[in-house]
Amino acid sequence: MTVASESSIALETRGLTKDFGGFRANSDVSIAVRRGSRHALIGPNGAGKTTFVNLLTGVLSATAGSVLLGGEDVTRASPQARVRKGMARTFQINQLFADLTPLETVALAVSERLGTGAQWWRRLGTRSEVVDEAAELLTRMRLGDVMTRRTAQLPYGKQRLLEMAAALACRPQVLLLDEPAAGVPEDERHEILDMVEALPAEVTVVLIEHDMELVFSFADRISVLVQGALFTEGTVDEIARDPRVRTVYLGEEVVHA
Amino acid sequence: MLTILFDGVAYGMLLFILACGLAVTLGLMNFVNLAHGAFAMAGGYVTVVLMQRFGVPFLACLPLAFVATALLGALAERTLYARLYSRSHLDQVLFSIGIVFMSIAAVDFLMGSQQQIVQIPAFLRGRVEILGVGVGVYRLLIIGLCGVLTLLLQWALASTRFGSQLRAAVDDARAARGLGIEVGRIFVVTFAVGSGLAGLGGALSAEIVGLDPTFPLKFMLYFLIVVTVGGTSGLTGPLLAALLLGVTDVAGKYLVPGLGAFIIYFVMIAILMLRPQGLFARGSA
Amino acid sequence: MSDASTLNGAAAPSGTPSGTPASTAPRDFLIGKSRWKPAEFAFWAVAVGALFALPDRHLLLNEIAILGLFTLSLDLILGFAGIVSLGHAAFLGIGAYAAGLLTKHGVSEPLTGLLAAGALAGAVGFLSSFLILRGTDLTRLMVTLGVALIFHELANRLDWITGGADGLLGVAPGPIAGLFEFDIFGTTAYAYSLAVLFVLFLLARRIVHSPFGLSLRALKDNRLRAGSLGIASARRIVAVYTLAAVYAGIAGALLTQTTQFVSLEILDFARSADALLVLVIGGTGYLYGGLVGAVAFTLLKDGLSAITPAYWLFWMGLFLVVLVLVGRDRMVERVRGLLARAVGRRA
Ligand SMILES: Nc1ncnc2c1ncn2[C@@H]1O[C@H](COP(=O)(O)OP(=O)(O)OP(=O)(O)O)[C@@H](O)[C@H]1O
Ligand SMILES: [Mg+2]
Repeated sequence: MTVASESSIALETRGLTKDFGGFRANSDVSIAVRRGSRHALIGPNGAGKTTFVNLLTGVLSATAGSVLLGGEDVTRASPQARVRKGMARTFQINQLFADLTPLETVALAVSERLGTGAQWWRRLGTRSEVVDEAAELLTRMRLGDVMTRRTAQLPYGKQRLLEMAAALACRPQVLLLDEPAAGVPEDERHEILDMVEALPAEVTVVLIEHDMELVFSFADRISVLVQGALFTEGTVDEIARDPRVRTVYLGEEVVHA
Repeated sequence: MLTILFDGVAYGMLLFILACGLAVTLGLMNFVNLAHGAFAMAGGYVTVVLMQRFGVPFLACLPLAFVATALLGALAERTLYARLYSRSHLDQVLFSIGIVFMSIAAVDFLMGSQQQIVQIPAFLRGRVEILGVGVGVYRLLIIGLCGVLTLLLQWALASTRFGSQLRAAVDDARAARGLGIEVGRIFVVTFAVGSGLAGLGGALSAEIVGLDPTFPLKFMLYFLIVVTVGGTSGLTGPLLAALLLGVTDVAGKYLVPGLGAFIIYFVMIAILMLRPQGLFARGSA
Repeated sequence: MSDASTLNGAAAPSGTPSGTPASTAPRDFLIGKSRWKPAEFAFWAVAVGALFALPDRHLLLNEIAILGLFTLSLDLILGFAGIVSLGHAAFLGIGAYAAGLLTKHGVSEPLTGLLAAGALAGAVGFLSSFLILRGTDLTRLMVTLGVALIFHELANRLDWITGGADGLLGVAPGPIAGLFEFDIFGTTAYAYSLAVLFVLFLLARRIVHSPFGLSLRALKDNRLRAGSLGIASARRIVAVYTLAAVYAGIAGALLTQTTQFVSLEILDFARSADALLVLVIGGTGYLYGGLVGAVAFTLLKDGLSAITPAYWLFWMGLFLVVLVLVGRDRMVERVRGLLARAVGRRA
């Protein structure tokens, strides 16, 4: 029984806590994400969602608590080790290689995944399996026409797509999307959200997003984070019907409006 | 033994006065100014020229050295440094190395490459017994003077309006401007005072560590050590680091003459490895 | 919703471009980037041509080639991996003393000396690379500077081995591979240094265009993202720092062998600063910066220090200050523009 349930959990945290000086940004957060599920993480601005992702990926080290990836404790593992174990992410604020082209960015991720990232004796261009896979992924992500341009010169919407393409190139089992459409103008959002909808079914997705309509249509489970702590968690219906979530969330939204 | 400690403390105090300007520009404003020693050297040479050419007494030279280098610092800040605050560290490094080289060559050209001798007055040259320990009067003066200056600085930074404006400006220049703080003016004054203190330190140190055109290079690392090992959260850290450095350096030279310099470098590297935020930084892991 | 199927990777049989066989354009683009450009052929042709065209300048040319190699090694860490070093002369010095001592104590074949010097410098580079993994630009500056000072002090203290301030005299290397004797005009020296430079340049060029080289540029650009793609930044930095140390060590060995002398001056701060200056003159991150910069720097230095050495330091400082104030990129662009126009006019 335990074994079966453990193996069906792709990502789990136990009492994850992060202090910045005296400020507790994440407080005792425990969640479990089932394999292949679409899990949404919501909460008002400053609730600690990005911090949580940073703890999951190892960008920040936790003050207390642990992170389990596929049942394995990765709390002490480096970010790159976690990527190799199957976790990839996008950033709320673009973290791209400004001087490289999208083709190089994605090819880099692919060769890293194939274990040839440290090869120094062969030119990248001659590794057709790497380049072809990168080009194909970029084409699917609607970046085919700009893949040989400098990333810094791409329109913002394309850069957001590249954020996702780079993460996908790692072929993650667990993909963490931190507001993938953040900052994208209304009329271009669908281009990115289509891509989110189209993610392979076997990939476990954790999505952070403020657009409730989207969250409700996309997710099968939702965790609500408020002031760093897990406020509640449930199915879409449960969360949608929970009046407390509305007050917490909408209350904040009203303040911000 | 206690004499060594005493000399070390005096040397450390001196290092602190020399480097405290850098503690602000580098520590707080995050500007990598490798040329800080050039201002100290300027103070030293101002003293030399005043004493040798114009017969000004040593003690009267000290405030003049401060004022002259402070003015020089203000000028350099306005015309040069102010443009570089937002540049990359590499740019700042290249620029300030350039200043170091220019100052070395210029002083060499104007004053010659030989060691300059600063004659301190006779009444400062003696030794007195305090609690059975023989201490140099001049070093006593340095400790006293630097001690007072340190207290003044601490007070100015922590409790005056200027201090809080400086901290605000360093924290977030744009927000500070929004609050009506004249960030540009604050930075000039800060830079000028920092340079002036370096100049004063240069004048005071000529007798102890010597003065020649390579001064800025020789002490570059020492100043950097004071700031980075001390940490960037205030002046207490740099002060402690300067004292530690002074005592270690003096003690090393007396006790293990073969290893003196090595100890400093190894300790510095070890500290930077173990505590990249500085030895005395608050709240670092 | 047609995207849903297309994103499912190779299993997607829909009518989007992913179904068609892979185009070779992306590969051609990357290979094109690593292809030799006409200007590169020209550069090396001139370098070899100088061997015949400027017979009385071989000593100077030799100096340029060695400075070029030393700066190339700095470019590997600064231009490609983004690590600022103020102590690169440490490796130059280690290589120089290693080669000098080896020659003095019986192993006088130069190529053996090069290998030994490169290996020793590389070993020290490997060990010290762990010191620069953590921390900020500033701590790196200080650590590299500190390491260089330690070796300077070491060479100073071990004067019964290194000759201290007087330097290591009477270094008399034998013929290269037992065949080519060094001559007083520096002809063999230049040919030798140029050949070594060329071989190491080819290797660096290959590395830069490899996945490893690309990952260096990536982690220079954005360490956070590099880690999030699974790149183990620390290992890459250790590797490239070690490689750069090997290169610098070989440059030092060349210097000792071709000038038959080495002194403490080789470990001076000014050496490290020179390399930085040369590199920013030539431009970072495209491999030729160190070489072009070495030509410009040496000619400039030769011309200016003819007046007096003290002036030279002043002009160099002024140059740095102006360079930074004008903006490194803009300066380089402007000079390139001038060059392009000059070439255009002649053509
Ligand atoms: N490195 C840091 N140092 C100090 N405080 C931090 C740091 N990173 C985040 N915080 C604070 O932690 C809190 C949570 O930030 P976080 O970015 O995780 O929120 P979020 O839920 O992602 O918000 P948003 O919806 O705006 O993206 C905020 O109050 C933020 O100011
Ligand atoms: Mg966020």
